Amino acid sequence: MSEIKTEIVEADILVIGGGTGGPMAAIKAKEKNPSLKVVLMEKANVKRSGAVSMGMDGLNNAVIPGYATPEQYVKEITVANDGIVHQKAVMAYATGSYPMIQYLDSIGVKFEKDGSGEYNVRKVHHMGTYVLPMPEGHHVKKALYRQLRKHQVLVTNRYMATRLLNAPDGRIAGAMGVNTRTGEFLVVRAKSVILACGAAGRLGLPASGYLFGTYENPANCGDGYAMAYHAGAGLANLECYQINPLIKDYNGPACAYVTGPFGGYTANNKGERFIECDYWSGQMMKEFYSELQSGNGPVFLNMTHLAEETISEIETILHSNERPSRGRFHEKRGTNYRDKMVEMHISEIGFCSGHSASGVWVDENARTTVAGLYAAGDMASVPHNYMLGAFVNGGIAGQDAADYCASTDLPAYDEADVAREQERVLAPTRRDDGLTPHEMEFKTRRLVNDYLQPPKVTAKYRIAQARFAEIREDLNAVCVKDPHELMRALELQSILDCADMAAAASLYRTESRWGLYHWRVDHPATDNENWFCHTLLYKDEFGRMANRKRAVDPYVVDIPEEEMGAYHQLRTPALAAE
Amino acid sequence: MPFANHPTSVPVTVDDEKCIAEKGCRVCIDVCPLDVLAINPASGKAHMKYDECWYCMPCEVDCPTGAVKVEIPYLLR
Ligand SMILES: Cc1cc2nc3c(=O)[nH]c(=O)nc-3n(C[C@H](O)[C@H](O)[C@H](O)COP(=O)(O)OP(=O)(O)OC[C@H]3O[C@@H](n4cnc5c(N)ncnc54)[C@H](O)[C@@H]3O)c2cc1C
Ligand code: SF4
Ligand code: SF4
Repeated sequence: MSEIKTEIVEADILVIGGGTGGPMAAIKAKEKNPSLKVVLMEKANVKRSGAVSMGMDGLNNAVIPGYATPEQYVKEITVANDGIVHQKAVMAYATGSYPMIQYLDSIGVKFEKDGSGEYNVRKVHHMGTYVLPMPEGHHVKKALYRQLRKHQVLVTNRYMATRLLNAPDGRIAGAMGVNTRTGEFLVVRAKSVILACGAAGRLGLPASGYLFGTYENPANCGDGYAMAYHAGAGLANLECYQINPLIKDYNGPACAYVTGPFGGYTANNKGERFIECDYWSGQMMKEFYSELQSGNGPVFLNMTHLAEETISEIETILHSNERPSRGRFHEKRGTNYRDKMVEMHISEIGFCSGHSASGVWVDENARTTVAGLYAAGDMASVPHNYMLGAFVNGGIAGQDAADYCASTDLPAYDEADVAREQERVLAPTRRDDGLTPHEMEFKTRRLVNDYLQPPKVTAKYRIAQARFAEIREDLNAVCVKDPHELMRALELQSILDCADMAAAASLYRTESRWGLYHWRVDHPATDNENWFCHTLLYKDEFGRMANRKRAVDPYVVDIPEEEMGAYHQLRTPALAAE
Repeated sequence: MPFANHPTSVPVTVDDEKCIAEKGCRVCIDVCPLDVLAINPASGKAHMKYDECWYCMPCEVDCPTGAVKVEIPYLLR
């Protein structure tokens, strides 16, 4: 790779990540103020990028009048997260949920309706009713793309953002990115930046050893978390990992959310139910983990008892929308839902508020702790967000950023920051010899599995930190042949940052909470006296990784003491007695 | 440090007979979220250049001629 070209672009709002929340942020910002220049930077191609690349099977958390109220939803999410939630942000999502469904409906996203045209909502959660199927969910990205064009959002595909730019006073001033096919360097100056880079899905290594066989879209490798961290933003509750129950080896959900309402259930090797509720929570995962470890494992999804027409309906949904290769996987293994239970396993660890609760700290306006910087979707701290949360909070971010732009000039930035970043980004292209990104990523993620996977043991975490530090030294030797490999080398650096953040955040919280997600063997009890708080991880003034506590804001929806434990009684009564 | 040559089987294959890349088609290459498809300089057709696949299938579904076939990578099959 020879001489690098650098282009400088100016915008009002830069959105990074064109998956789910990002496009919605761009659309809503333009709706609010069509005269704004909004740039959407995407590592892949917005047509098919992100978690909803192929579509989605349904809304997991729809708050629809007649089925659930925002208050009920806030209560449910608070209880499922052991009380550590910023309720105002959950409430902002819950009240925005139904208007967003109507908006999506109006732009051509199809939801399941009954004969009289009402939404067909189903129950999967412990308490309320929130699941809305999308049997034709494969149209989501097309519908979004039409809106991006209609609102004249400027899209730059195949640019990977690498670092944010801060103004001298600390507020956000833009971002830098590199073209993953040409190696060209891009500086986007902006008044406001919205991060929507998805989960940190390439942290743990899938048991198959295939680096890209992750639950999350592997393009979501944690860049957003790393960029936010280096720009000075606080990251909340990173010790609350994402760990999901998936099909063994396939790494797609089995999926109890789709099959549960039809009568499918999670069973042990005796075909018996062992959990009452299939909603993914840390407590549910702990029961799942215990069952796997006991002589009762493996764990399965059982549908063998269902009627033929029910099974065909399930197959149509599961094999055509979000993970269509699932049918091919089952076929090769000789698994037919009619006569064989589907073997399940637990996923590699990651960060993702979509299914869990950690992420870049945001308030109810999607603002991070850095002025002008927003975050939305799986990488922001609003818990159990899922797809609809990415849309709603993306929309909130877009609208608030549009207002913010009105009262801000384009901030200055330091050219030395750009030069330094160019040096960091391009260093691997200047070596002829050294280590490959692939082997370094494999090693990092293998160590994540060996040492960070819960149950969390302090002594193992210390070893992990020492080994990650060694890999950091090795970054001086990483060498790439082309811009594609360069992207992988940069992703590796985000993965390593996330691994360090996972370790630091987990060691900081000296208690156990959220079931399997933060099970500290050396501190097995939940300690509400000292740890009923958020943790914030940030870069201190010396450039070191630091942690602090943040109090939980007063609730907007009260939770009676006796309801707080609802998610702790997930084991079926018969088995709980064992 | 010299590099080893380490071949693996690729999960995604393109039927050269059906692929119309010579007419300018780049659909599968454009849509792949992991950017692992490219034109094979030897054949002028699309092929899988990097074995880094999420088996998500936009390449197969969006190909106008049905030339792409996605298999589950061998390690997890
Ligand atoms: C397999 C699977 C099944 C799911 N099923 C459901 C379901 O049935 N119902 C439901 O409600 N939710 C479901 N979810 C969750 C839901 O899809 C996500 O919560 C939601 O789509 C997240 O949106 P996002 O915008 O945060 O991330 P994404 O939509 O993943 O977008 C992130 C984008 O950022 C881009 N990006 C990453 N790094 C960079 C960078 N450095 N520079 C530029 N761009 C970058 C990526 O390419 C990607 O396009 C599922 C998720 C998965 C993975
Ligand atoms: S989409 Fe199909 S026809 Fe077009 S380049 Fe790819 S394989 Fe060839
Ligand atoms: S299946 Fe997905 S990741 Fe694999 S080549 Fe096709 S589009 Fe790319």
